[in-house]
Amino acid sequence: MSTLTLNRRDFLKVVSVAGGGLVLGFHLLPKETDAFTPEVAGSFKPNAFLSIDTSGKITITVAKSEMGQGVRTSLPMIVAEELEADWTTIDVKQAPAHPNKYGSQGTGGSTSVRTSYENLRKAGATAREMLIAAAAQRWGVDPATCYAERASVIHRANGRRLSYGELAETAATLPVPASPRLKDPKDFTIIGKRMPQVDNPSRVDGTAIFGIDVRVPGMLFASIEHSPVFGGKVARFDATRAKQVPGVRDVVQIDEGIAVVATNTWAALEGRDRLDIQWDKGQWAEQSSENIWKTFEETAKKPGTEERKVGDAAAALASAAHKVEAIYRAPFVAHATMEPMNCTAHVRGNECEIWAPTQTPQRAQTEAARVLSVPVENVTVNVTLLGGGFGRRLLADYVVEAVKVARAIGAPVQVIWTREDDMRHDFYRPSTYNVMTAGLDKNGQPVAWTHRIVGPSSRGIVTGGSTPPYAIPNIYIDAHIIDTGVPIGAWRAVGPSQNAFMIESFIDELAAAAKKDPFEYRRQLLKEKPRLKRALELAAEKAGWGKPLPKGRARGIACCESYGSSIGEVAEVSVDRHGAMKVHRVVVALDCGPVVNPQTIEAQMEGAIAYGLSAAIKDEITITGGGVAQSNFHDYAMLTMSEMPAVEVHIVPSTEAMGGIGEPGLPPVAPAVANALFALTGKRIRKMPIRAEDLQGEG
Amino acid sequence: MASITLTINKKRHTVDVDPDMPLLWVIRDVIGYTGTKFGCGRALCGSCTVLIDGEATRSCVTPVDLAAGRTIITIEGLSPDRTHPVQIAWMEEDVPQCGYCQPGMIMAVAALLDRSPNPSENDIEATMAMHLCRCGTYNRIRRAIITAAKTPQPGSGSKGGVR
Repeated sequence: MSTLTLNRRDFLKVVSVAGGGLVLGFHLLPKETDAFTPEVAGSFKPNAFLSIDTSGKITITVAKSEMGQGVRTSLPMIVAEELEADWTTIDVKQAPAHPNKYGSQGTGGSTSVRTSYENLRKAGATAREMLIAAAAQRWGVDPATCYAERASVIHRANGRRLSYGELAETAATLPVPASPRLKDPKDFTIIGKRMPQVDNPSRVDGTAIFGIDVRVPGMLFASIEHSPVFGGKVARFDATRAKQVPGVRDVVQIDEGIAVVATNTWAALEGRDRLDIQWDKGQWAEQSSENIWKTFEETAKKPGTEERKVGDAAAALASAAHKVEAIYRAPFVAHATMEPMNCTAHVRGNECEIWAPTQTPQRAQTEAARVLSVPVENVTVNVTLLGGGFGRRLLADYVVEAVKVARAIGAPVQVIWTREDDMRHDFYRPSTYNVMTAGLDKNGQPVAWTHRIVGPSSRGIVTGGSTPPYAIPNIYIDAHIIDTGVPIGAWRAVGPSQNAFMIESFIDELAAAAKKDPFEYRRQLLKEKPRLKRALELAAEKAGWGKPLPKGRARGIACCESYGSSIGEVAEVSVDRHGAMKVHRVVVALDCGPVVNPQTIEAQMEGAIAYGLSAAIKDEITITGGGVAQSNFHDYAMLTMSEMPAVEVHIVPSTEAMGGIGEPGLPPVAPAVANALFALTGKRIRKMPIRAEDLQGEG
Repeated sequence: MASITLTINKKRHTVDVDPDMPLLWVIRDVIGYTGTKFGCGRALCGSCTVLIDGEATRSCVTPVDLAAGRTIITIEGLSPDRTHPVQIAWMEEDVPQCGYCQPGMIMAVAALLDRSPNPSENDIEATMAMHLCRCGTYNRIRRAIITAAKTPQPGSGSKGGVR
């Protein structure tokens, strides 16, 4: 029945996320995808995302990972809209990994909705047209005289109707339309409406299944002792005492360390405590934060590799009326998802089944296949709910470990990390050292901007989003990338998450040097960035910028364009006499283009502000003896309820290109807070996390 | 190893385990209720909160023998059908993002409202101070607590609000 002639366009490749550093190469559908190949057997399955059975049950398949950002709600909303389904009766199914059936299943870079939008609309519209055609055929009428509504097709002339369930069998025999007509957005009844997350009932009664909750008959539990030093290897070990712990079944060595396998997690942990391991610590054994900062500082004296060049910044600086210089620092920070890394795997002969909370199911599949030397088709990856992702679960390190342990013991096993493992074996947001200079003309206008970034390991992650959005005629950005031994990864909003702190604090310094209002100063420099300018203006307006505040409070402003969305934020802060700060309120205004689920947008703005504020005022990973000094939430403190500001979200009505939502709310919050603290105390904050002592003494 | 009898969600379970094993792992790995989560193992985050005789308790640091003979309620036992006022409020306010910390949050709030049906801002702050949510759902949690407090609590003598 393959009369399929869908135009298989080469779908948008999101390889250079606007303003972002994360180059994930996510594109929704590769050329060889079979997403739009209908399946014949059983129910009506016009494409990979949708099936309707004869009872009328509609199942929408989600191929992106759900980590709290609401994709299992927003993506089905798109299909259901075009399908004219009844939203309250939709079933959502999570797709296992497949090399090409769904396109990229990678979930990151705030891409899920915007890169799926057009295709999922088409997926729904295709089915709708086939169902209408089926009804028209049954009635012997022209399809143009019929329409669909709430999962039924209705004949306009006499009001007779057939439900989608009644039409499923017939629809399955019809040709797939090449270019189905999409609905006019003004007729949307689902897209743009506030929809609660479909998974929230299961999240409030304990039935939601995260990776850690996977239970397989006969399964065992394992805990792995990893090298305390980055890059260290096991030299030798003695498992005698570990094996004496009741419940311990086995102790196995894998490349990553020593795994203790037991009948329950506690026994595995108890056994692990009794391991005697000598480590070959390798080249990073003496690494420390102090040494890293010293190296960064020394390196920053030399020119780096050019990152961006506009005009001639050196010449403009030399002739500037006024020069501003500053050093900015950001620490390593951990993702610290509430659900520690874990993965359940079962290797049987040359086949493998995996249950993983992963942002990259296909990566898990290919890496498992590589480890086992089997074809990818032999590896099944079931994707559970994720207890937070934030970029940590783009990596498949914890999946590979589980596969290796499962292969060694020949039984299903859940490898579960402790919080200490999670804190010490993360892929951290890079620590960076930043030398910034700017030249102002006699009116205080910036004529030159230079930014030298020194950071570890990953150029894209370190330098992403380092170009200021402002109309400055001469810009020079260069970077040094140094291996420090510390693993680096994508951390929510990646490059912009910290480069916005540098840019938006430094532009605030320039405004202060020019004796201009920081909002007006930014605004007049954003002529070429109308979306960002509008977002900034709306944030300022809604926050009451310029209006009096109670004594002891001040506002700060910042903006950033990242992942296709433009966001302005205003933070309102106070500091008590002990130097303790409080962020009372953050006003967010964003232009993210057309909106699918405003509920999700608000939640993601709240979440991004909590995550970004936590990094701004609390989170810090330090290195000592070649490993991470912190271990758990007592020494890696995170934002608590009493520190959470009120968050107000204002969405700019927009028909511009759709932008991302999960990350863009984050970058402006740290500088908005730092700028508010400057306005309040006169102390310029040039490093994160902001400490009480930074607010005392000379500015 | 010891034979220990636990009453969880009104059902009796006899388990043969190390008496020092934290209740969390007995609930999750031995008995098989997975709604109670592991977050830190040191009573720092609150994800593992259950009710023991009506009191919010961090199961990750509670040796199982201390729970023997007492009434234990996990998220699965809070209501048979998601109708506990705290669960209803949590859905109304669409609180969870990833949801991992929420069972612990909900159990803590159920205990709070059981003992103070009209909690003050300070009661809420004090109860939630050591409950971490990395997704940043705190403002919704606060709203949901207030919403739930407006609904009569089931209480009914069964400590911890079990129906």
